[in-house]
Amino acid sequence: MAAHKRTIIDPLSDNNPITIQVLGICSALAVTVQVQTAFVMACALTVVLTCSNLLISLMRNHIPSRIRMIVEVSVIATLVVIVDQVLRAYFFELSRQLSIFVGLIITNCIVMGRAEAFAIQNRPGASILDGIGNGLGYSFILLLVASFREIIGSGSWYGWNLFPEGYVGSGLALLAPGAFLILGIIIWVQRTVTQNFKDD
Amino acid sequence: MHYISLAVETIFINNIVLAYFLGMCSFLACSKKVETATGLGLAVVCVLGLTAPFNWAVNHFFLREGALAWTGNEALAALDLSFLGLICFIAVIASTVQLVEMVLDRFFPRLYTSLGIFLPLITVNCSILGGSLFMVERAYTFPETLVYGVSAGSGFALAIISLSAVRKKIRYSNIPAGLQGLGMTMILTGLMSMAFMAFAGIDL
Repeated sequence: MAAHKRTIIDPLSDNNPITIQVLGICSALAVTVQVQTAFVMACALTVVLTCSNLLISLMRNHIPSRIRMIVEVSVIATLVVIVDQVLRAYFFELSRQLSIFVGLIITNCIVMGRAEAFAIQNRPGASILDGIGNGLGYSFILLLVASFREIIGSGSWYGWNLFPEGYVGSGLALLAPGAFLILGIIIWVQRTVTQNFKDD
Repeated sequence: MHYISLAVETIFINNIVLAYFLGMCSFLACSKKVETATGLGLAVVCVLGLTAPFNWAVNHFFLREGALAWTGNEALAALDLSFLGLICFIAVIASTVQLVEMVLDRFFPRLYTSLGIFLPLITVNCSILGGSLFMVERAYTFPETLVYGVSAGSGFALAIISLSAVRKKIRYSNIPAGLQGLGMTMILTGLMSMAFMAFAGIDL
């Protein structure tokens, strides 16, 4: 039981996919202009990650190791197409804002990385937990970056205005450089707090 | 003239790494040495320059609404297969990478050994798939796609080579422990992206 708990808790901070393992940075920066888009993206990735971990773990004894990459990519691509179609059907506006980044979950290193590193050699139950854990770790950083960018850049959070009329947002936070700087600082704080200086 | 302006815009103003954040993983992981950065940059230029036109053809003749009209069959002509785009594109990319690898191995063994493991890794580089998806979203024509593919790749190469040069310079700098490695690289990339924003005023 303790081992299962660790599988979920570890990726939240000590072994966070974004800040420690350096995976899936692209989308972490691109969709974080607003908290709302970040939230949708986080949900989409968590769903895809959990399902792909489960499917690949179920098939792990039947996949010849030489073609496992292709099998993994096709499983992930199928799941992403499903998620993309659901978003388009029920949340058209949001899916337009996310533009190509839902499709890019296919090449998101977290999904591929967890399939390779965990699901291919573990039981389905543990793989689901690993998927949820890493999905939450990703979501946590995504929401954190998005909160900073939306509060500093537009003076609101999830669309609610936080400041009185007349607050002038800092455009820098909404543009690309702001995203890089904020994520850099978050990584700094987190590595200092967890004392995890494992360098890449 | 239109093509030159598209190329300048793609390389400098809308740089695929610094403005759209695509291909960040390999951008951060392979920028420690100038040599590896150059190798990866060149490989991305080749693969992106090939896959974007290929995927354009796939999209134009098979996937988009009414694309199958050339078969002359009315039932086929009415199909809209664009939801299959993601799967087809990634398959095209994976096979192109494999093909490039085989051609290089056969005819340019020296280049092949110097690129090493970067070629297979490119399959899962978001900038390649992103290039194809942007091409569909912005409805480029064939020549535009060709220019876009090559210049998006060049933009990636430019960014990763400059970052690796900066990282080489700061190797012996005294940086706080928590900021070393990834943290500092993110901040450097932020500063670089700020510098590239200066190009935004250019209008050809």
